[in-house]
Amino acid sequence: MTVAMEKLSGEKNGADTKAADVLISVRNLHVRYAQREILHGINLEAHSGETVVILGGSGSGKSTLLRTMVGLEKPSGGEIWIAGKNLAVISAPDLKEIRKKMGMSFQGGALFGSMTVGENVALPLREHTKLEESTIEIMVRLKLEHVGLLGYESYMPSQLSGGMKKRAAVARALAMDPAILFFDEPSAGLDPIIAAGIDNLILQLKKAFHMTIIVVTHELASAFLIADRMILIDKGYVVAAGTPENMRDCTQPRVRQFLDRVAEPEVAGEMDYLQMLTEGTSNTEGTVEDKRGA
Amino acid sequence: MEIAAQIGDEVTSGLAYIGELAALGWRAAYFTFVGPFRGRPIRFRSAISQAMQVGVGALPILSLITFFIGLILALQSAYELRKFGALNYVAGAVALSMTRELGPLITAILVIGRSGSAFAAEIGTMRVTEEIDALETMAIDPVDFLVTPKFLAMIVMLPCLTIWANAMGILGGALFGVSAANFTWGRYLQASLDALYLRDITTGLIKSVMFGITITAVGCYEGLATGAGPEEVGRSTTRAVVISIFLVVMVDLVFTALFFFLGNG
Repeated sequence: MTVAMEKLSGEKNGADTKAADVLISVRNLHVRYAQREILHGINLEAHSGETVVILGGSGSGKSTLLRTMVGLEKPSGGEIWIAGKNLAVISAPDLKEIRKKMGMSFQGGALFGSMTVGENVALPLREHTKLEESTIEIMVRLKLEHVGLLGYESYMPSQLSGGMKKRAAVARALAMDPAILFFDEPSAGLDPIIAAGIDNLILQLKKAFHMTIIVVTHELASAFLIADRMILIDKGYVVAAGTPENMRDCTQPRVRQFLDRVAEPEVAGEMDYLQMLTEGTSNTEGTVEDKRGA
Repeated sequence: MEIAAQIGDEVTSGLAYIGELAALGWRAAYFTFVGPFRGRPIRFRSAISQAMQVGVGALPILSLITFFIGLILALQSAYELRKFGALNYVAGAVALSMTRELGPLITAILVIGRSGSAFAAEIGTMRVTEEIDALETMAIDPVDFLVTPKFLAMIVMLPCLTIWANAMGILGGALFGVSAANFTWGRYLQASLDALYLRDITTGLIKSVMFGITITAVGCYEGLATGAGPEEVGRSTTRAVVISIFLVVMVDLVFTALFFFLGNG
């Protein structure tokens, strides 16, 4: 059993099989908002210490998948197993315990504007531990050092640049030493140099802490750099899953269109537009799930 | 029939809304009064900061408004009383009107404008910028973290502000009494106190606590229910102000009727 698994389950047994190594297992997940189904039977597994990238275009359902995996959305069907607990039917106290061992970095950082960077990072420690204030201060400095923001404890979030905000958000996500780290669009809105810095940070975190990292992104360069495995979601379906190499070699048309950055065909007239809308909301049963390498 | 069905729908959704407010208020009350006995310390620092904003920050404008209201009340009551040569009853009329009704109500309406709207805007912005989601993913209850300090600040500060508003209203009436009705400052104050019973003050203060709970529940609920996009924050804030004013008047009516029929009114 890996360090990450032990952190989450809080127990050790000798089993070290591949199955036992699965930290997150999403099975036949369905999510709907009102009458509209967003995710149609998603399957996903993440092993301990693995970085899984969820790729997809705007409106594909990748952020909804991430939000459901951290318990912010309730699935309408299926299961989300994390450390032996099914988040689809979990009790509030159990969800709270699981969440203490997860970290989440939001797209815009979601730092609390009324608190300093240091207070933001210290918040989970103050809420969930009985550590001395001096110990918390040391831990805050350590976490900020991990993300390259040592010395910024007393800054307000409004005084930070976009990339620094994301790093501070990662430091806060790391505060409780989570076994799983979730990233929502870590490079979105950043220039290529800052975005590359965030990619390096993710790689360093993986190497240093052997964390399981789930990243939602549509940035291809970033995805291929950090991923051990990736899945591509389109219109709420998984259209391909596998290693970055599998994905590069994939011939599935939708995968090729996404990876080769081919634009959607232009709408010629009213009938085409109606057809596009109809296809966009109907059940795309014809989609082939490419499982090579999954 | 269609109109009846529509009215039925409106009443049902209105009752559901009040039920949700009650649930939120109940959770905030739980974290405030029961939480400390179950290992959840009260967030004093945050509550004091909120109390400063809700209470101390409102003092200048509240003083000014209630002073003028007291003066207006004195002028209006004098208009009728002087016909009967009863100008010396102005002090009692102002004192009773302020403590029983206008002090708590004017204070509540002012606090809705200053703080109820601020609660909705603050929490609504946090919803839009995913800060509420961040709290949840950190296993921190947003009601405990955000609503409870506001709830505590409001139920402490609104009665304090109401007492201050009553005093300023009486002072406003006294200005008229001294300048136009042959009172001295001391005699006006004595006449005001003579006209008041303790229950006149306590019923007003009980109402002010209920107003505080209502304003906090509506402001925070509307903030938490904010949809996606910055324009939704403005919508939530407007809804919070309008609904709070309506519900405060409703709560006022219910408690005034209750005190009346229980013999305290």
